[in-house]
Amino acid sequence: MDYFLITTSLLKIAAILFLVILPMVSYSVYAERRVSAFIQDRRGPNRVGPAGLFQPIADMFKLLLKEDFTPANVNTFYYWLAPCLAMMPAIITIAVVPFGSTLFGVPMVIADINVGILYVFAIASLGVYGIVLAGWASNSKYPFLGGVRSSSQMISYELSLGLAVIPIFLLVGNLRLTSVVRYQIEHGWMIAPFVGDWLNPWKWLLAFPMIISFVVFAIAIFAETNRLPFDLPEAEQELAGGYHTEYSSMKFALFFLGEYAAMITGSAVIVTLFFGGWHLPLPSWHGGFHWALVDGSAPGWRGVVGGLFNIATFFAKVAVLLFFFIWVRFTLPRFRYDQLMRLGWLFFFEIALVNIFIAAIILAYVPS
Amino acid sequence: MAVTVSRPRLNWRERMYLPAIVAGLAITLKHFKNMLLGRTKVTMQYPEEKWDSHLPDHYRGAPALVRDSDGRVRCVACQLCEFICPPRAIKIIPGEIPSTDQFAKVEKYPEEFDIDMIRCIFCGMCEEVCPEQAIYLRKDYAITGFTRADMVHHKEKLLEIGGVMHGVVLKWNEKK
Amino acid sequence: MSPLLFWPFALLMLMFGVAVVINRNPVASALSLVVSFLGLAALFMSLDAYFIGIIQVLVYAGAVMVLFLFIIMLLDLRAEEGRQVNWLALIGGIAVALALLAQILYVIHNLKSAHQAFPPLARSTFDDVRNVGLLLFGSYNLPFQIIGVLVLVATIGVVLLSRREPR
Ligand code: SF4
Ligand code: SF4
Repeated sequence: MDYFLITTSLLKIAAILFLVILPMVSYSVYAERRVSAFIQDRRGPNRVGPAGLFQPIADMFKLLLKEDFTPANVNTFYYWLAPCLAMMPAIITIAVVPFGSTLFGVPMVIADINVGILYVFAIASLGVYGIVLAGWASNSKYPFLGGVRSSSQMISYELSLGLAVIPIFLLVGNLRLTSVVRYQIEHGWMIAPFVGDWLNPWKWLLAFPMIISFVVFAIAIFAETNRLPFDLPEAEQELAGGYHTEYSSMKFALFFLGEYAAMITGSAVIVTLFFGGWHLPLPSWHGGFHWALVDGSAPGWRGVVGGLFNIATFFAKVAVLLFFFIWVRFTLPRFRYDQLMRLGWLFFFEIALVNIFIAAIILAYVPS
Repeated sequence: MAVTVSRPRLNWRERMYLPAIVAGLAITLKHFKNMLLGRTKVTMQYPEEKWDSHLPDHYRGAPALVRDSDGRVRCVACQLCEFICPPRAIKIIPGEIPSTDQFAKVEKYPEEFDIDMIRCIFCGMCEEVCPEQAIYLRKDYAITGFTRADMVHHKEKLLEIGGVMHGVVLKWNEKK
Repeated sequence: MSPLLFWPFALLMLMFGVAVVINRNPVASALSLVVSFLGLAALFMSLDAYFIGIIQVLVYAGAVMVLFLFIIMLLDLRAEEGRQVNWLALIGGIAVALALLAQILYVIHNLKSAHQAFPPLARSTFDDVRNVGLLLFGSYNLPFQIIGVLVLVATIGVVLLSRREPR
């Protein structure tokens, strides 16, 4: 038994879960309310603590103290199971995402498995169970319609999601997410390859399918996480809240927070695949201009600072993407359901397929 | 009658949606930025900022009873306001002024005068109907309480809000 | 592999496998099957076969069973819950299962390599994704292409069948 591995893994899981993901989930709720307020010329929650920063704590107490009501005709066991199933997949996906370089020599990824991206897709595809079960167990029309909508939407967009990333892995030649980050450190971020031999025109030609990949992938993530403009399963106006209509108190909160957790993992995956993960090149004029790499490999305290800097970089990038998610939500109106399905099957699916061919052709002719 | 709405034919750029989406994002970002820079006019932040000093003269707040220059409660318990009040918020129990009193010729005074502020709709009918100009709508608007009983303004409270009103009707003075 | 992890997952898998058959509620059966698949995936992974394990989750638990569940929910199979046990079918089924079990045991018993320990892997971690890919697109390329065409034909067939009749 490798006790060092087990203890460091447990430490990493605990730290990332309780110090980063869960606070980030609750604060993304706060950010959502605040940013949406600013976009709509309002103030937003600004009462609890300075600038309303303790609002998540107040929200938590509110949700915990509310009556946990179970309607009479629900299928109790599945009704209880569904919220847990909604929250879990979003959180365990983060296990394979490298969120930093190294800290004290320990790589900052919980499980660096060689099928990283497939793991992400596999776990994400389990997220649909929570929603389907919630819709079905509630024994009520609107939740059921929401559940059905949600699952068909998720199944449809998983295709584009999977196909969109194939060009990246054609390029990297390996499904490991740490390899993707390594590759981007050497050759520049996928959608903006400025690092390395950035005057090479082939690289810029390759960035073209990458940008298409990014657009398709990001849109598919929006659909996967049921965010506006694809929040058909919740559609307040037509489905009265969709699959979680019958839920209250902490069970509702689990659905609610699960959505934000999914958003965070989605952003983390986007950052890893397209924005260089924890990598942030700093310009350096030490012996001619070049990009300096900061990571945790330096000896002594400089390594520790470097490692912490990488972790901070990663989550700062995630935060920027979260802002983008929120910004889009308060800009675009919702799609109609048939438009959504047509968009997924007749548009993004094809674009992703053609994109793979383009990337493959460029790669076949690229002089290495 | 069925109306056919003719949809405009979009050119290829419009059909891509992307330019429109970017334009929309730019608009919302502008609002966000203006708010951050404090250029947006926002709602008054209520408990800290109040609009008391901006209240217009015709503002209708809580109804209240007033005293005249002699310190006498102006109300003569005629109960007209009680009858006119649309939600029946006012309840008056009249009493008789003893003959030894300075104002004995007024005959009646309100022994109890309650206005249920949960019912009151701030319509101002009581002020309009009062023959004695004894009840006025003041500018108090923050009326709160923890129980229903708290929300009933008794005579003392009404007089406290109302204060003294000089002039206007002076027919009960000794000289006349 | 660590028996510490093998036994719980094997037990989980078998228990929920039995639950699939025993449960009267079709939704409960389908969900038990999902859990059983997850247990199987965990067993694959503990054998270092990450790729197969993940594909097991991605394809069976994540896609096929979702569709199953979907259809079960839409059909509303309440009648299933109250149905009587058909003893003849039950005994027949158990007999077939036992026959299959006996057959497998017999084959394993007579297999030479089953009696000796496996030679250790050349490298403790090996890239199974690459190996599967090389095999699939190298030596088994033709069968792979044929299956692709078959699936395409099936897809077109489904599209044709589910098309609404023009009135
Ligand atoms: S303001 Fe209107 S509602 Fe209020 S006490 Fe006077 S008459 Fe009644
Ligand atoms: S307040 Fe005016 S209207 Fe009402 S009882 Fe007194 S005198 Fe009459």
